[in-house]
Order: sequence, then C-alpha cells, then structure tokens
Amino acid sequence: MSVRYLSCGDTAFTVEFGNRISPQINGQVMALHGAIGAARAAGELKGMIETVPTMRSLMVTYDPMATSRTALQPEIDALIARGLPTEAKTRRVTIPCCYDDPDFAPDLAEVAERTKRTPEQVIEGHLKSAFTVYVLGFMPGLAYIAGLEPALYLPRRSQPRVRVPRSSVAIAMDMTTIYPFESPGGWHLIGRTPLRLFDQRREQPVFLAPGDHLTFERIDRKTFDRIAAEAEAGTLDWSTLVTE
Amino acid sequence: MTAALKVIRPGLFDTLQDKGRTGYMALGMPTAGAMDRIGLTLANALAGNPPGTAGIEIGVMGPDLLVEADSVRVALAGPLSPTLIESPDAPPKPIDSDRSHLLKRGQVLRVGMVEGSSTAYLAVAGGFALPVFMGSLSTYARAGIGGFEGRKLQAGDSLPLKLDHAPAGGERKLAAPFDYGSGPIRIVWGPQDESFSEKGRATFIGSDYRVSKEADRMGIRFEGPTIEHAVAVEKGGADIISDGIGPGAIQVPGAGLPIVLLSDRQTVGGYPKIATVASVDLPRLGRLLPGQTVRFAAVTVEEAEKLRREQEARLARAAADLQPARPAGGIDLARLYEENLIDGVVYERAPV
Repeated sequence: MSVRYLSCGDTAFTVEFGNRISPQINGQVMALHGAIGAARAAGELKGMIETVPTMRSLMVTYDPMATSRTALQPEIDALIARGLPTEAKTRRVTIPCCYDDPDFAPDLAEVAERTKRTPEQVIEGHLKSAFTVYVLGFMPGLAYIAGLEPALYLPRRSQPRVRVPRSSVAIAMDMTTIYPFESPGGWHLIGRTPLRLFDQRREQPVFLAPGDHLTFERIDRKTFDRIAAEAEAGTLDWSTLVTE
Repeated sequence: MTAALKVIRPGLFDTLQDKGRTGYMALGMPTAGAMDRIGLTLANALAGNPPGTAGIEIGVMGPDLLVEADSVRVALAGPLSPTLIESPDAPPKPIDSDRSHLLKRGQVLRVGMVEGSSTAYLAVAGGFALPVFMGSLSTYARAGIGGFEGRKLQAGDSLPLKLDHAPAGGERKLAAPFDYGSGPIRIVWGPQDESFSEKGRATFIGSDYRVSKEADRMGIRFEGPTIEHAVAVEKGGADIISDGIGPGAIQVPGAGLPIVLLSDRQTVGGYPKIATVASVDLPRLGRLLPGQTVRFAAVTVEEAEKLRREQEARLARAAADLQPARPAGGIDLARLYEENLIDGVVYERAPV
C-alpha cells in the first residue's frame, strides 16, 4: 500500500491513503488509527500526541521537544509495512429518530419535492440506508455519516440556518448527520433523535466513533418524549443501542 | 470559607486556559488552550506553578478581581497596566506586569487593558480549584466546556483557589521582557500547497497580509492580495475531502484570502491548506491585533523544529532566571540604591 506524507508544520503530519471517499480507504485509515493506538499502549511512538482520522487520511500530531518528523515518520511507515488489519472491529449502532413531528422535520417536504418522492419514501430511504461513521469533526461529537440512499442526494441548502436545534437529524450530499449542539447549519432537517450525541455528564461524552455502522429506527412522538426524558435525566441505558 | 477570586467587573474575553485538551481530536474535540503558550508559561513561572497550570487568558481587557482569601499570589505576564485598589476608598495604585504580587483579602486587582497585544496572562500560585474536563481546564466556549462553566468570565463569578493563602517566599519579576522575535511569520508549506498555482504561492509569501476584524481564538482572517488556486474555484479548486487541521494551519477558501486556524479551531475541514505556521511563531499569532500586518516566509520542517527547540530553551532560561521583586508597599533596597546611583534621586515611589 502506498501512502503520502503531507506536512502540517512542525507539530503534525498527515498520512494520506487516497483522495476519494470509499469504505476501503476509510477502513485503512481506521486500521492505522487503531494500530498506532496499540503501538502507543505498548510504549512505542514516543513523543506522539494523537491521531485524527478522516475519511481518507490520518493526521498524526507530535511534540517537537520529544521527537521529530525524521524520527517518527519511519516508525509509522514500519507500522504500515507490518500490515494493517483489513477489517477493524466495528460497532453496530441504532439511532431512534422521530420523523413525524413537522417541527422536527421542517425540510422533509422540500427534500421530497426535489428528489421527486413522497415524504414517506424519503423516510423509508433514510431508514434503509446502511450508514458508516467516517469522521467526527467541525464540533465535538458531530459525525459525518456516509451511506445515504443515492436517490436522496442533494447539495447543502443555499442559505444555511442560523439555528439548528440540538439532536436534529439531517441529510446533505451522500451523508447524514446529527447535530450534537444547537448551532448554525446548512443541511436538510428531516427528523430528530431523542439522544444527546454529546453529553459531558457521561464518562465518554461523545457517543459515536469513526467506523461505527449505523441505522436509524423510526419512533413516534410519544416514544421520543419518553427517551428524551431519560436522556435529559441521564438515566438512559445506551448499551441497548449498541451491538458489537 | 472558600478561598476565591471574585470577578466584580468582567473584561472583554477572559477565559481559563492551559496547554490545551489533547487526545480527543478524533472525537471532534478541539484542543483549545492558550493562544500564547509563552505568556502562560511565564505567568506560571512567576507564580511558582508547574508550566501547564491553567491561568486566565486576558483578551484585550482584563477583569477587576476581588480577593476573597487571606492572601493570594497572582502573577501577570504581558503588556498590561494593572492597578491595585488596597481598600474600598483607596485610589487605584499602578503596579507592574511581568511579575508576581502578594494580594490580601479585600484588595481589588484591576487587570486593565492589554496594550499592543491581544492577549496577556494571569496565574495564581497553586492554581484554580475547577473541575478538569477530558484532562484539561481549557475553556472551549463554543461547546460550553472546560474553564469556569464553559464560558468567558462574567461579573459575580467566584473563581475558587486551591490554596487559601499565598505560599511563603518573595515576589519575583522577569529579568527582561521575553523576545517573541520579529520579521516574517515562519511557515512550512503544506499539507495542500499543491492546490495552489505557483503564482498563488508566490503571492502568499511575497505580500503583506493585514489582520482583519474577524480574529478570535478560532483563527485570524487576513486581508491582502488573493491567492490563486491551481484549479479554478468554480471547478472545485477550493474544495478538498476533509482532513485534519493542525495548529496554525492556513486555509484558503474560494475567496483566496488566508485564514490561520488557532487554538479553538475545528479538528477537520474541507478547504485546502497552503501552509502551516511554524510552532515557534504561533505565540506571535496569538498576540496579533486587527490592523496589524504580517509577512510569511517558508522554512523546512527540520528548521521549524530547530527554531522551536531553541525558543523553548530560551523560555526555560527566562522562567528559571527570575529576579526578586519589591513587594507592593515595601522597600526594594537593591533597586533603591541602584536607581540612586544612576539617577541621583531617591526612587519616588519608595515609601519613607
């Protein structure tokens, strides 16, 4: 496998596996992310700080007081040469989502019109999409989740919203996302989950991780309110949403 | 009774910061952390703290802080003109920055304006007794985490102190102001210098760029000549598949103007990054004010690493080579004699 090393100043470099979006490339990225984690746990890669996986590359940050690019890059090369696991361990995650309340899905009708479908067909397309979390970024816990049904591809809104409510479920391009905070946003809002994707009261404040396989499960407003109350109170049993 | 510093008048943008929240960028968590690590390091040295202790980053104008502890040692680092109000009806008395001060219960430290820089630092001996989140006290205000309730300081905030009185020992000052360096801001090309034409790269390092009003902890937007992408912007020349954003990354969106990304930067992004500021010069970026002008000059990764190591060695010497400082209201005999010899007059502020 050939990778390219790109300079990010004197405290980081990027290992680029490819320049397109594909599950194979992302799998390699996540495998190196995991291999570096294991090597560090074994006391190797001294002076390295952390890795930042994206859909197609892995940024490696380091402390130039403790190591150097000249020392670190060959160590990463050696890890790749040893062979990366082809299938990283993944979780299967189910996200409950309410599509039925118009407040939750203000863009559902427009998405249906622009994709020449009924709102019900848009929801079905979202439910049957096999999603994978490619990367987290932009804000803590915000996941770029690829794998949307091709019939639903649309560019981002030409006018981003100033305020998107927390836990909104949205689509744009070939992806879906869930807003971890109230924030500005330009994606099409088609539902809302009662979950909080970022909650600093939890030991692991960020729920999703790169590599997670993900599907949505349709819930009604009553179920939404019940789960939302549990999420609010911090009593929700998150383990029921995950299978290894 | 809990020892605390109480904010009786807020500054403009004061946040608790340490060296940053590393280890969680893979979860989309920005590192945050001090914009000027040199200033924070010096403030901690003056306060007698380990270098990574969280202090208050003063943004443009600092707060008025009431001492609600038997005593506290505070240290200020940076171009400040602080004053001390010793009792409720006393006039504010000018005190020096770049040194520590022993403050007593009921006194008010008026941190005042930062002059000629956008940031300065305040450290307290022993540090603040605030909850650590993901290994750091750094405030990341966009997500409301870290620091004091995840936000900038407001009137009425009571910042708990780890120590209820100042540790023994005298006050200390810097031997000399730290030299941050001058001349062009050093950059390393990449990660996406290939996304720019040769002409675009020449424009970037051959032109003056002015700090716009859009400058904050996330980054600085510069104004100046536009940088040409290798592929026309309408054909996607300013879009890449998102990749990681390191500290000091310089992204150039379609409009062709550079944005340097700093402490509160997002972890990943989809604009090409022409170059990255060498870590030696990041503290200078963290001090820039709107209207100031910079030039960029390219160095190699190896040169950038070497420059950083030299700077850290110099910083370690500055932090170790502190001088005794006159306690507020006390007599500094050494200074008195020295200035008598030089000036032939008694130092006017020394009490009789």
